[in-house]
Parts: sequence; C-alpha cells; structure tokens
Amino acid sequence: MTVISTSTDPIALSLTVVAEFDASPERVWRVWENPRQLERWWGPPTYPATFTRHDFEVDGESRYFMTGPEGDTPHGWWRMYKIDGPHRLEFANGLAGDDGEPIPGVEPMAAYVTFEPIGGGTRMTTESKFVDESQMEKMLAMGMSEGMTQAVSQIDELLTSEAA
Amino acid sequence: MVVHQLSDHDVDLVFRALADTTRRDIFQRVIGDGLSVSTLADDYEMSFAAVQKHVSVLERAALVTKERHGREQIVHGNLSTLRRAAALLDAFEEIWIGRATKIAEILGEKGSAT
Repeated sequence: MTVISTSTDPIALSLTVVAEFDASPERVWRVWENPRQLERWWGPPTYPATFTRHDFEVDGESRYFMTGPEGDTPHGWWRMYKIDGPHRLEFANGLAGDDGEPIPGVEPMAAYVTFEPIGGGTRMTTESKFVDESQMEKMLAMGMSEGMTQAVSQIDELLTSEAA
Repeated sequence: MVVHQLSDHDVDLVFRALADTTRRDIFQRVIGDGLSVSTLADDYEMSFAAVQKHVSVLERAALVTKERHGREQIVHGNLSTLRRAAALLDAFEEIWIGRATKIAEILGEKGSAT
C-alpha cells in the first residue's frame, strides 16, 4: 500500500496525504525534479500532463498543460518557493490561460512536500492548502472530464441531502 | 439548507467568517451540543459583546444558529455548510492517491535508479 494515510480539514481547507515508497529520498526527489518523470504522474490518467518549462530552483517557474480525452488542454503553472533536496519542496500551483501564462486574480494553491528516509525507503508527505471553495472547484475542473465533475457534484448532493 | 445552492456571496460570507481564529474556535466548539453565548464568552479574553459580535458573523454565514432558552442564547454549529468543502477535499485526495500510486509504479520500473 503506497498511500498510508490521508487527512482533510474542511475548516482550514487543507489536505495531507502520506505515501511510502521503496526507493531512496534522492530517487523520489527525481520524480519531481525531472520534468519527463514528473509529467508521467502529475496529470490524472485521462489528462496526462506535459511540462513545457520546469525551472526547478527557488523562484523558478514551471508551465504545463494537460491533454483531455476531447483534446481540451487546460494550462497550469508552478512557482517554487523552497527547494531543499531531498528533504522539502514548497510551491504554488495555479491556473493558466490558453497562452500558458498565469491568470491574473486567480490565487494559486500552496503545496508543501516533505521527504523522509525510512529503512531504505522514503515517506513522502504532501500538504495542499486552498484559499476558498471557488478556487478548489476551478483547480478540480482542470483535470476532470465532464463525467467526473458530475460524479463529484452527485456525491456532494448525496452528502448534503443526508445532512438535511 | 441545501449547501449546493450557496451563491458566491454566501460562499464569501462563509470564508470571511472562518478567516478569524476566534470565530474558527467558536465554530468548532459549538458543533454537537452547542454552547450558550455566556459560556463561550467566559473562555475568551474579550467582552461579552465582542464574542456576541463574532457569533453574529458566523450566524450571517449560516455556520451557526442561535436558539433562545429562557435567558440564555444557545449557539449551534451547522455542519452541512462545511460539507461542500469536505466533498471537494475528498476529490483532491483521490487525485493525490492516484499520483502516489503512479510514482510507485515509475520507481519500480527497471533502470529507474538512473
């Protein structure tokens, strides 16, 4: 089991996912550092990512797009705030327009990643922090086909009707 | 209350209400049985009126409701308002589980050490 725990905090709007891998922190670090490896896992299966820029250094930026099943290509960007390999990574992940550049006025989400050695392997903890619900919805809509977005809102309706 | 139909304005009210540490604290404490305004006020180093003001902000955002019991006003948390945020976080959780699984796959490939 790769993912060993997850926790969500709907008041702070944060999500923490802890995963463990049978590889050294240096090796796990490379799946973030190397854009050809990064693009193999960043996008959801139906929306593979392509990184056209990946300046993996403090204040460096990345540009990527994902290719959806209907040929739609939502764009995104990263800005690196902290790079302390192979221990800690902090970056902003935001939405970009069709020109690939950040959309002004749409706040990015923050991601904090920690890598710890554990008996020959690595424990990787990712924390995602959101600003508000509308940002979450926009980010979510980015890697999702219509069907999946519908599935989410159906789950949502179920939850709210249960609460009513 | 159907959270699904929260307007942008309502959503703004919710997040503005929760942007304050004291209000987040109050909100978390009144989930469940609820507490009276005076009980709440005893626990903060601020006036009764100031606590009441925080409760009003939460009330406008539909995060809490007030109920009068004799001379006491009982504040109750309204969890359903938070359910939409929880559902959205769950969707992101799925995305991260998918990513971690894929990373494990990449790491397990032959020659992946190079």
